[in-house]
Amino acid sequence: MAKEEVRQDTRISIRTPRARVRGLGVSHHGAGHWWLQRLTAVANVVLMLSFVVIIAKMAGRGYGEARLLVATPLVSILLILALLSVTVHMRLGMQVIIEDYVHAPGTKIAAVFANNAYAVVVAVACLYAVLRIGFGQPA
Amino acid sequence: MAQFNLPKNSQITPGKAWPAPPGARNLQTFKIYRWNPDDGANPRIDTYQVDREDCGPMVLDALLWIKNKVDSTLVFRRSCREGICGSCAMNIEGQNALACTMGIDECKSPDNALPVLTRKDKDGAIRIYPLPHMPVLKDLVPDLTNFYAQHAAIEPWLQTETPAPEKEWRQTPEDRSRLDGLYECILCACCTTSCPSYWWNGDKFLGPAALLQAYRWLIDSRDENTGHRLDGLHDPFRLYRCHTIMNCANTCPKSLNPAKAIAEIKKMMVERTL
Repeated sequence: MAKEEVRQDTRISIRTPRARVRGLGVSHHGAGHWWLQRLTAVANVVLMLSFVVIIAKMAGRGYGEARLLVATPLVSILLILALLSVTVHMRLGMQVIIEDYVHAPGTKIAAVFANNAYAVVVAVACLYAVLRIGFGQPA
Repeated sequence: MAQFNLPKNSQITPGKAWPAPPGARNLQTFKIYRWNPDDGANPRIDTYQVDREDCGPMVLDALLWIKNKVDSTLVFRRSCREGICGSCAMNIEGQNALACTMGIDECKSPDNALPVLTRKDKDGAIRIYPLPHMPVLKDLVPDLTNFYAQHAAIEPWLQTETPAPEKEWRQTPEDRSRLDGLYECILCACCTTSCPSYWWNGDKFLGPAALLQAYRWLIDSRDENTGHRLDGLHDPFRLYRCHTIMNCANTCPKSLNPAKAIAEIKKMMVERTL
């Protein structure tokens, strides 16, 4: 059982209410997480709008033409910014949900690890695809 | 995992239906949560009939009427009967409120009751439970030990290093007005126990009431320890479990807005880094 759980369990540990509330102390984290989530939220509004416009522009075009559109410098850069902003935002938001609901220490660490891994893999895969098209590799 | 179902020994069973007072013409039914730590039984819901002609207008009047005239074993906290002590906070018709300032007619109105309750329970009875998600000591009395310890943890007193002036610490009228909407808090725990984030993480999240008090000291112009106070809140759980659900502002019997105070603390956190 993790140290933290023993502290909170009134059946197996006698502690004052003050000691339980103080717990392991202040972590001096959280403000950066919160602020970055707000920044990426604002960025997502602009970037997802441009993403929708880019997708709409592809409507009715063939595969080759779509690739040419993605290869345009402005479109490539917008897509890269969008995927970075979205995956960072996704990672931060999902972590908060895990912290809210998953309390068993082992499961919690596994869930946080999986969340980070998923965001990184998605980000790198998308980045690779956009760069590959952007730098003109054949299909 | 967060616990979404009641454990077996907390599941509610049907209780006793107390007879209506003889000769009463204007009756109001109350369904009240009962639990006794000494009898080993599960909690139950007792049904009482209150004679409105013989009883005051507030929910607390009805509880006292029941205790005096029907069932003296009913346990609840009360003191001032005018909304300033915060003792009689309880869950009335699905909404946390002070029994002394909630009118019997008021809590039956569709504006007050939660939609899910009005659909399911159209029997005209008023349901009274203890404050949600706290350990129950007996009947309508919750254990608020953790809640009070969290209030103490934010150090709710003036902290200064400058030697105290001969008279008072002075404030401009503007300084003083910043405490409006904060100092009125009576620590009844209606907001904290209505907060889902507090339900799931109440051991580490300080909750709306303690954070509103924290902000009350953060913006006090006389206090010299603002940075230390912010340090004590800079934590993903203590402060940042607030996801602006707003139940706190919705339920506050003093019409305060803890969610806004918490948002201001979050702004201060960013302000000192930018």
